[in-house]
Amino acid sequence: MISGRTLAQGAGCEDKMSPLYINEVSCCYLSEEDYRALGISDGKNLLLTSPHGSAVLRAGVDKGLPQGMVFIPMGPWANMLIGTDTNGCGMPGFKGVEVEVTPTDEKVLDIRELISRGR
Amino acid sequence: MILQIEDVLCTFCGCLCDDIRVEVDGGRIEKVRGACRLGSSKIMGHNRIKSPMIRVNGSLKETSYDEAYRKAAEILVSAKHPLLYGWASTTCEALKKGILLAEEIGGVVDTTTSVCHGPSIIGIEEKGLVGTTLGQIKNRADLIVFWGCNPSEAHPRHTLRYSSNACGRFTPDGRKGRKVLVIDVRETRTARNADRFLRIQPGTDYEIISALRMIVGGKAESLPEDIAGVSRKELIEIAEMMKGAKFGAIFFGLGLTQSRGRYKNVDNALSLVSELNSHTKFVIMAMRGHYNVTGANQVLTWSSGYPMAVDYARGAPYYNPGETSCCDLLSRRDVDAALIIASDPASNLPRGCVEALAEMPVIQIDPFENPTTLFADVVIPSAIAGIEAEGTAYRMDGLSLRLRKLVDAEYPSDVEILQAILDNVRRLRDDN
Ligand code: SF4
Repeated sequence: MISGRTLAQGAGCEDKMSPLYINEVSCCYLSEEDYRALGISDGKNLLLTSPHGSAVLRAGVDKGLPQGMVFIPMGPWANMLIGTDTNGCGMPGFKGVEVEVTPTDEKVLDIRELISRGR
Repeated sequence: MILQIEDVLCTFCGCLCDDIRVEVDGGRIEKVRGACRLGSSKIMGHNRIKSPMIRVNGSLKETSYDEAYRKAAEILVSAKHPLLYGWASTTCEALKKGILLAEEIGGVVDTTTSVCHGPSIIGIEEKGLVGTTLGQIKNRADLIVFWGCNPSEAHPRHTLRYSSNACGRFTPDGRKGRKVLVIDVRETRTARNADRFLRIQPGTDYEIISALRMIVGGKAESLPEDIAGVSRKELIEIAEMMKGAKFGAIFFGLGLTQSRGRYKNVDNALSLVSELNSHTKFVIMAMRGHYNVTGANQVLTWSSGYPMAVDYARGAPYYNPGETSCCDLLSRRDVDAALIIASDPASNLPRGCVEALAEMPVIQIDPFENPTTLFADVVIPSAIAGIEAEGTAYRMDGLSLRLRKLVDAEYPSDVEILQAILDNVRRLRDDN
């Protein structure tokens, strides 16, 4: 899993409680192949689990992604999956975290719920 | 009366575009011209925090500024080791006040640098930097390399104003007269507009840079056929492209600093650039995110000697990234209160750090509500620098620019707020 900036994430960046920002940062992008293989076209969400935590996200397609890689716009959802170890340099590993991706019927949390209780 | 203001600075990203036009009518900004989507959404403004607030029995209640300053000062004075974090989206003058406050209370000042280009700074401290200004690149560069960065989404006007598509004195043909190379793990929008895109495997930047250094150093034959999933032939072509440029520039982003290798990736890229200078002119620059994150490093450096993560608890500045950086302090539970200014750690730090932060008293100074507000104990709304307050900011290449005040604010500036907190802190300490 890698996280990073996107236009919508940036445009909503100073209005972080807006639906624009929240929708963008709670979406997990997959390659077309992986999206099809998971059979989630019918509006199912994804449960992502890393060694550091888990989160439920909406699913989207990014044609620029290779198979086996997911991209999450930087924000509170991506950070559920990221560990706090900085390898002694102050920087956690925001990119290159191994995650397990499974379709789920669980719903994506509201930002308030996410901050107060997680997943 | 409608007022047209020319050459306004956009205080969003590190490009710090200074050619924006703004129309003000009746003290309100009505139109923004020339900014990208990111910039205009900031300048046009939206939901503000209306009044200072203090958390009482779990929910935020409106209060007066004086009461909020007093409460903030109480939190800071009673903390053993407070963290003063953020600073990238405010002025240099605000950070100067923040440093005075940290000295007074024995706190740590860290900026969002720690979680963006902190490793780049560590790399530069190790190696030195073949740097330049964006103007030089615009006027001279005929090869632009974007490595692990995606300006199309993060710095939308970068390509047009300063890099691949800019027309300059010796580069009159703009994009047509230049080659653009993108190196990334995914095919970003930036990659789709490049002449050449090299896709690498996540976490292999270090190997790829090392291989390029060997090729540039004339040792291509010692390399294996396949280097971390990329063929030697392809890397030789890329090295030739770099050596063949008259003036090459590498812009690098968080693809290098946030993946495996962290500062060592940057360190290696800096070496590659310095070695390329045996063949041609080559420079390298970090794509700084927030508009004044560069300024935050400058102010901290000239006042303490260190660029980020400066701990004043010992009475003299102490800096050790990995120990005094915000993530490490939070995950070790080594700070017991926090003042968060112009940033949103609840969104941008790993979950474990956010949980630690939510457990301690938090003071937030920001024009806008964000997820950090959800657990802040004192919330102080401020004027937006560059729109409602003036000050100084540094562009990503280290050029300092003056931010103007365009409209009157109903809110105090960050400088005024910090000064008021500082006064309250001094008063409390005198009383004790
Ligand atoms: S590129 Fe950056 S500085 Fe320029 S208008 Fe867009 S957000 Fe503002």
